[in-house]
Amino acid sequence: MATNVPAPRRRPFRWQRVATEAAQYLALTVAAAVILGPVYITVIYSLQPVEKIFSYPPQLYVTDPQWDSYKRAFETGSLGRYLINSFVVSLAITAGQVTTSVLAAYAFAFLRFPFRNLLFVVFLATLMVPWEVTIIPNYQTISTLGWLDSYQGLIVPFLATAFGTFLLRQAFLTVPRDLRDAAAMDGYGHIGFMLQVAVPLSRAAVGALAVFSFLMAWNQYLWPLLITNEDEHRTVQIGLKALVSANIDEFNLVMAGTVIAAAPILALLVLFQKQLIRGLTSGAIKG
Amino acid sequence: MLKQRGAALPDGWSKPMSRIELRNVNKFFGDVVAVRDFNLEIEDKEFLVLLGPSGCGKSTALRLIAGLEEPTSGEIIIGDDVVNDVEAKNRDIAMVFQSYALYPHMTVRRNIEVPLKTRKIPKRERDELIAEAARWLDLEPLLNRRPAELSGGQRQRVALARAIVRRPRAFLMDEPLSNLDAKLRVKTRAELVSMHRELARTFVYVTHDQVEAMTMATRIAVINDGALQQVGPPQSVYERPANTFVAQFIGSPPMNVVRGTLVRDGEAFAIDVPGGRIPLPPSLGPTAAAASRADLLVGVRPEHLSFDGGPVRAQVRVVESLGHERHVICDLSPDEFAIVRLAADEPAPSVGDTVGLTAHPEHIHLFNPETTERVS
Ligand SMILES: Nc1ncnc2c1ncn2[C@@H]1O[C@H](COP(=O)(O)OP(=O)(O)OP(=O)(O)O)[C@@H](O)[C@H]1O
Ligand SMILES: [Mg+2]
Repeated sequence: MATNVPAPRRRPFRWQRVATEAAQYLALTVAAAVILGPVYITVIYSLQPVEKIFSYPPQLYVTDPQWDSYKRAFETGSLGRYLINSFVVSLAITAGQVTTSVLAAYAFAFLRFPFRNLLFVVFLATLMVPWEVTIIPNYQTISTLGWLDSYQGLIVPFLATAFGTFLLRQAFLTVPRDLRDAAAMDGYGHIGFMLQVAVPLSRAAVGALAVFSFLMAWNQYLWPLLITNEDEHRTVQIGLKALVSANIDEFNLVMAGTVIAAAPILALLVLFQKQLIRGLTSGAIKG
Repeated sequence: MLKQRGAALPDGWSKPMSRIELRNVNKFFGDVVAVRDFNLEIEDKEFLVLLGPSGCGKSTALRLIAGLEEPTSGEIIIGDDVVNDVEAKNRDIAMVFQSYALYPHMTVRRNIEVPLKTRKIPKRERDELIAEAARWLDLEPLLNRRPAELSGGQRQRVALARAIVRRPRAFLMDEPLSNLDAKLRVKTRAELVSMHRELARTFVYVTHDQVEAMTMATRIAVINDGALQQVGPPQSVYERPANTFVAQFIGSPPMNVVRGTLVRDGEAFAIDVPGGRIPLPPSLGPTAAAASRADLLVGVRPEHLSFDGGPVRAQVRVVESLGHERHVICDLSPDEFAIVRLAADEPAPSVGDTVGLTAHPEHIHLFNPETTERVS
């Protein structure tokens, strides 16, 4: 008879929940350690004299920070020039990607034209083609145009992005139909509606795309390496590599240079992390 | 709302005629016929209500007038011009949406300003117009809020302000009251009517609520299944419905419609229905006979039936009390019934009683059972 006593059920239930949560936090902690560990070690090494870095057992905390290594890394690696180049290139790519994505996404979301859906699928298909596949033809194009060792060469191949178009199209599709109709009655043309209504309402997605584009552009290595031969247009990632080869014995300098190169990205991530997450998930949740 | 009632209308309100006409208009969405061969003339300064059940094509008809949809065929005329090729923004018409469709990221002031800004009206003039609209609709304290910080009623007033501010020659409204609570709806209904009177503009108003239609309209256009059923002043649509759909859609509870057979009863005509024989008044008999068919649909509204030992026998199934009135549902036969409406103070029969019903002769409606059109 008493096979179904409800009372004892509660206890295991609560324990189960605590255990699940504990496991989740443990997993998150491990993940955080795995991801942050190298960052931490980089910072530590950058602040220690070379002898200490290679001492055994390694010292995993700093007793006497050597800030001087940052200054020297900056100077010997001429990171200033590289950083400026990186900023110019990354900002231009970001601006270009946001602009082209907004325009293309607007067309796919709001305009009616023949083969719209087919074209969109073709657009998406380009996401499946790895960048490395197109690198040779792109190199030939850029070289034919005489754009080797130039800002254009670094920027133009990255001005459009299927990912950004997709992201913004999904965001635009969540703009209610009534709002589009109201805008049509109110006298907004396409440009007005796009800039005054669609983009402001999708600012989370637009912001996320901007941050993503910047990250991607900043961290580029292969392409800038391929098409630049002089310092004048080299970006910081290439500069870093040069710093490594030239100062392999001064490991603290290399580490300091790495921190300098990564700092803008870290700052960006910290500043925009909420926006980034919201922008990438909003479309998914609102459908 | 409309605080300055009676005040002279500001300049800019003298406008060309805003007669609106739909001529042979059809609108298909793929296989779906949303609007079917519409011919409708809306007079200048009229308050026309498009009334019909959900999905009948009311909104589509309104959107065709607005220019938000293109007709599959037919002509839309505003004033003296065919506007089929005129964009929505250039039709000089404003629309209020059921969802209000306010721009969520803009303040109330900016929302109201949008239609002025896109029309390149200078800043000074814009500010004056906004102030005036805000005063009219009691929005002054709310101008710097965002829509999310407003109640439903306040949002609705912002939507109205945005429509009024540019002084269009006609207003289109798609169920603008349906998101308000019952009390506010009654209040806003009256306010819209006085707004219509003061603005002296054409209003085209969509609703599925017959009470809204009856109370606000100068004329009602009843729509079913994409087709216009009847157009006329509320009272005449109520008194002389053109077909059984209109008869049963307008009025609550709906008109009783049963099958009957026309018979000659000596000099006069009568009609046999389940439960008995209803004599027809002299005005109705000959017209019915002229329809040259014996089977007919007989319609009598619940308020035009009474329990006074009349010729139609029925059995009381349910008595529903609504406080101010009672509905008595009576079985005429195993599968036909009639509803009788009684005032709360009238004596009601008890459930199970066998009663004799009388239909008020001047309120009997006859319909052709094949076409469902009115015969008389
Ligand atoms: N954009 C569209 N695409 C396809 N079908 C549509 C579209 N708009 C309306 N319809 C169809 O046309 C018919 C009429 O729709 P409409 O919105 O005009 O009805 P309604 O009378 O306003 O209904 P409700 O009272 O529910 O708002 C419906 O069957 C609807 O499904
Ligand atoms: Mg509708």
